[in-house]
Parts: sequence; structure tokens; C-alpha cells
Amino acid sequence: MPTTPHPRPAAAPDAQEVISAEIVQARQAYAKTVEDGAPRRDHPDRDYPPYRSTTLRHPRRALVTVSDPDAVELSGPVFGVTDVTDLDSDLTRRHTGEPLGERIQVTGRVLDRDGRPVRGQLVEIWQANASGRYGHQRDQHPAPLDPNFTGAGRCLTDDQGTYAFTTIKPGPYPWRNHDNAWRPAHIHFSLFGTAFTQRLVTQMYFPGDPLFPYDPILQSVTDDAARNRLVSTYDHDLSTPEWALGYRWDIVLDGPAATWIEEGR
Amino acid sequence: MSSPTEPLAPTPSQTVGPFYGFALPFAGGGDMAPTGDPGTITLHGNVYDGAGAPIPDALLEFWQPGPGGSRAGAPGSLRRDQVDGTIIGRTGLDFTGFGRVGTDADGHYAVRTVPPGGVPYISVCVFARGLLHHLFTRAYLTDPGADPLLASLPPDRRATLLTTLERDGVHRFDIRLQHDGTHEETVFLAFPAGPA
Repeated sequence: MPTTPHPRPAAAPDAQEVISAEIVQARQAYAKTVEDGAPRRDHPDRDYPPYRSTTLRHPRRALVTVSDPDAVELSGPVFGVTDVTDLDSDLTRRHTGEPLGERIQVTGRVLDRDGRPVRGQLVEIWQANASGRYGHQRDQHPAPLDPNFTGAGRCLTDDQGTYAFTTIKPGPYPWRNHDNAWRPAHIHFSLFGTAFTQRLVTQMYFPGDPLFPYDPILQSVTDDAARNRLVSTYDHDLSTPEWALGYRWDIVLDGPAATWIEEGR
Repeated sequence: MSSPTEPLAPTPSQTVGPFYGFALPFAGGGDMAPTGDPGTITLHGNVYDGAGAPIPDALLEFWQPGPGGSRAGAPGSLRRDQVDGTIIGRTGLDFTGFGRVGTDADGHYAVRTVPPGGVPYISVCVFARGLLHHLFTRAYLTDPGADPLLASLPPDRRATLLTTLERDGVHRFDIRLQHDGTHEETVFLAFPAGPA
């Protein structure tokens, strides 16, 4: 077992009611700042007390703004056909048998803030299995592992910026942020843009999940419209008869795009 | 490049969580330098939290120009075996400019690379459980004297971006997510979208 970074507090874990009250408080405090003229905030505040692990892991000092037009971060890593195989985007075909669970297809476009597609770029996903268990030895949730499901996938976006995965719908799972804490079902996404500044790691949720209001990670996005952008849409036209349900989720990368782009990228 | 229409609203960030380990780190992720390159340097250090404790579940990414200064990068960081799909590592010839490593149980990381051409720093992106939005910083291998970012910082803050040369070719760069009462917090960077 890896050593824990600091001892778990001896006090009993907080009740959901305590966390829920803090969630409401943070949302109201944010709404007040917007009312008072502060700009809307698309990303979570790194200091978000209802998600307890943020306490010692957020900087207290303000970020230092880099306005150097020659910053290296305005370029970024590239990936290609050497880095992804055709099977990587189908998480249901990585073992000899079929995984258990509800088969789904997830697709959408990766765009920059000007609406330009991010082409030929790497998209990585990872998720729990249908029972809400990750294929990770530190996940001790007593739900079954699925020998036919690992839960990691990759693909490259096409010329329209489209990504597509076939997988199974992940289950919700318990965690130890507070007493009776459950994460809503979600798929983790990792995205690259044309510049390193556009890097994004996030989570996609499923529409109508009853766990949304209880989850401090989703609720860390205190702006209602921004939070809703983390929820995919069920799209019946994407569903394949006798095969899989379809979900659509478009992603918009923040941050300045590359100041130069190679021809053909 | 300004757009006539309102910019699209961005997708919010969420934490990388604790369980990315089977998905994001890859074999040879820290071996950025071409095989046997005599200019190879090691960049290593610890990631610490606000209690001064090492963080065993942070993921670090590195991006830098090639030794000749090119910022074009190259594919092949996650080169795959076409038979069984496993990651077989880089060719050992190309410099992709990209590295990715997780911290170990002691909160330690290490990458082997070559010094970037044209700039004195390697760009670093930090992800961790408990970190809702990644953080950018820079590991400066040398103190260039006239760097606009370093010049804008007071000495104690500036020092957090400078690597310590432990011995020939071995640079130490610790990352502190929060001031722990003794040690200064690492300078983290913002790159606002603006008129290009």
C-alpha cells in the first residue's frame, strides 16, 4: 500500500447534510459575486472546501499571468497514427469476452473557443466498470471487477474535430470524502489542443443522474450553465438498433490556441 | 486572431481523480531524450502539499522545444505494438517534446530529456487528486538573467522556478502546491486568451 500523504483525521467523517450545506453556500457566494459584477467563472475554484482533498492541494497565491507571445506553452505536443490503434476507441473489445453492462457510444466534437475543430489530436478516456469499480488496486469498493473490461480508451479526432468511443455505461461508486459519499456515473476525459495552454482534463456525466446535487466534484463548478456543460445529451439518432445507446458531448477547450499551426494540421 | 462572434463557453475542468493510473501514464513516459544522447539531463523532484507531505498521486506532463529550438513536436510518445496494442515506447530517434509521469509512493518523479533550444525552461503541467483544475509551472534549467517572467517575480518566488543543479546533468525541481509554513509555494502560471 502506498503511504497516505497525511494521516486521515480521527474525527468522524462529515455527514452528507454538512457537505450539501457547504455546496449551497459556495454556490450562493459565487452567485453574489456575479451579481456584484464579477465575471462568470467557467472552471472550479481550486479552493473548494466541500471536496475535502482540495484543502492542502490548492495554491493560496494568485496565478502569475504570462503574456509573453513567445511562450513555449503556445505550442503543444502532437500525436499520430503511431500512438493509437484502431481498437483503442472500442473499450468493449479489449478482452476475449464482452464486458457486462449497458453498451453505449459516446461521440462529440473538440473545438477551440473560436469554434475551430481541433484536428488529429489525442483524446483519452478512463472509467469505472458497470458495477462502479475501477481496474485500479487502490479502488477497494466491494463491487465486482469485470475480466472483460479495463476501462481505458484513446482516439484521435478527425478533420471535423470529432471523437467517438464505444464503451459501457459506468456505474456510480462510493468514495470517502464524507459519510455516504457517492460519485455520479462519469467518464474521465483528457484532451489536448493545438497549444499546451489548452490542455484539459475533465469528466463527462450522464443526463438526469439523481446524484448530481450530492457530489462536491461536479458541484465545484458553481456556475449553473458551466456545470450543465459537463452533462452529455442522450441522442436517439446516435443509438444503434439492437446494439447501443448514443450520447453526445461536445468539448470546448479554453486558453489561447497555438499562435502558429503547421499546414495540414 | 479575433472572432466576430462571442467566443464559445469552455468546458469546465474536473480533477484527474485517484484512478487515472491504468489509463494515462505510459511506458517510457519520462524517457524524452533520444536513446544514448550525450546531452541527456535528468529532471526530478518531489510534489508536496500544504502540510509539506509528498503527494503520491500527482501526474506531471512536460512540454518543451527540441534541442534545435523546434516547437513542432513529433508523434510517437505513445508508440504502439501493432500486434497486441501495448505501448512499446519511443523510437529512440525522434524528440517528441512531450513527457508524462506519475509521482511514486514517495511523491517523487523523474524524467530524462535534453535541454530545450531557444528557451531556458521546460513547461510543466500538474494534475492530482484534490486538484480541480491543473496547474502550469516552468522548470528553469538556467537563470537566463533577462527572462520576462522571472524578472517580474520577487527573489523568493522566483527561486521556486529555478532548478537546483545537484550534480552534472541532474536538475532538482520540487513542486509545492501550497505554502507549508516553511517553504514557498511554487509559482503557477495563467495564460489568458487574448488578442494574438
